[in-house]
Amino acid sequence: MDAQAMHIANGIVDGPVSAIFVVFAVGVLAVCVSRARADLDDRLAPMAGLVAAFIFAVQMLNFQVLPGVSGHLLGGTLAVILVGPWVGALCVSTVLIVQCLLFADGGLTAIGLNITNMALLGTAAGYLLVAGLLRVLPKNPGGLGATAFIASVVSVVVASQGFVLEYALGGTTALSLPWVSGTLAGTHALIGIGEGVIAATTVMTVARVRPDLVYALRRFRKPVALEEVPA
Amino acid sequence: MGAGHAHPLHLDRLSPVHRLAAEVKIVAVLLFTIVVVLTPPTEFAAFGGYALLLVPVGIAARVPLLWLLKRATIELPFVLLAVALPFLGHGTRIEWLGLSLSVDGLHGAWNIFAKGTLGVLASLLLAATTTMRDLILGLDRLRVPTVFTQIATFMLRYIDVLAGDARRMRIARLSRGYDPRFLWQVKAFAVGVGSLFLRSYERGERVYLAMVSRGYTGRLPRSAEGRAPARQWAVSAMLPVASAGIAVAAAVLA
Repeated sequence: MDAQAMHIANGIVDGPVSAIFVVFAVGVLAVCVSRARADLDDRLAPMAGLVAAFIFAVQMLNFQVLPGVSGHLLGGTLAVILVGPWVGALCVSTVLIVQCLLFADGGLTAIGLNITNMALLGTAAGYLLVAGLLRVLPKNPGGLGATAFIASVVSVVVASQGFVLEYALGGTTALSLPWVSGTLAGTHALIGIGEGVIAATTVMTVARVRPDLVYALRRFRKPVALEEVPA
Repeated sequence: MGAGHAHPLHLDRLSPVHRLAAEVKIVAVLLFTIVVVLTPPTEFAAFGGYALLLVPVGIAARVPLLWLLKRATIELPFVLLAVALPFLGHGTRIEWLGLSLSVDGLHGAWNIFAKGTLGVLASLLLAATTTMRDLILGLDRLRVPTVFTQIATFMLRYIDVLAGDARRMRIARLSRGYDPRFLWQVKAFAVGVGSLFLRSYERGERVYLAMVSRGYTGRLPRSAEGRAPARQWAVSAMLPVASAGIAVAAAVLA
């Protein structure tokens, strides 16, 4: 296994700040659970479970970017567009918890930080953009693809800036924060572009085949006009 | 392989550590990690003590050292960050072999390296000795909200099915003359991801209907298995208690 952890490890952010973010993540996730139940009702466990399995499977599909460099999809924005922000955040959090416990990816004490960045900040930024952009862009596969691309790039960069915020609050070594922020934003913008291209194509595929499944398009669905049948 | 409920880090052995209930091990590893993270980085001896504590656990669990070290390379990106810190840190600097290093940065590097490594090793020992199913059961007994344990149960149960789906789609593409290269593979890859989502979502709907037709009302039946005996708690408490002892001793002696 040549997987490399890209989730925050133990000891990078100090104990008190890690604890604060655990409390924050638990609070926000509680809201997510109640809103996700409103979306899915008693279908929540099987449906969210399968979506989480989908995200996990997608993260396992490595593809070669350059010789020696392979990447995989993060899938946060993709999940948000397809199943909505509440179920999306729940699924990404579940994936993060399992990766931490079964794959040693991400520190146990940093779980609150990782969930806050990737499952909460990333998805929130992604969904706000999706909701805003779809008001102005055309509601067809093309418009949805453009939305998915922009939202993915921004969501990945916002998630990386979440780490900068946490490091500013509880970093164990004083570093120049603009430098950390710039480096992370730069690398994550590149990751985000790759993520965005794939997320856009994926969402367009789903929107062509089963547009009814795309959560982001649900609000714009027109009710079927009932025609009077002449007797 | 039938059900495929193992995960890549699980080592199928018969050992006292494997036999411990999962909730006991999760709590022990969590408390150990918390003690490690809360130790000030300047208590160098304490970190040596923590590492020594993991040795008997690894031996009792029959986890080969080489296996452990190979899997521990997962934290390599953070080691690189740690190496960079002495050059980037602020504050007083010292000269060493002609390099100007920041003292604060050196402490930071040591902090990340020591705490990161100990955390990864402890997590690896947990992962190596616990199956997915036991882990979920353990989380359930630790009163983790059932929403999460249920989502995780479904996720782990279907991850292999979906990975198999993805593999078959790839083989189908390859056998039709598809030749993945550099950027041009993006379209086929993404369309594959799209149909993987459709397959997963529709499978989710089928699973739900199958469950409803078998009387599902939104709760899974709780397993009847009892709780971990006190003896197991006592045995596994040795790790966090010993580490806390080391931390206190280091603080008092310093």
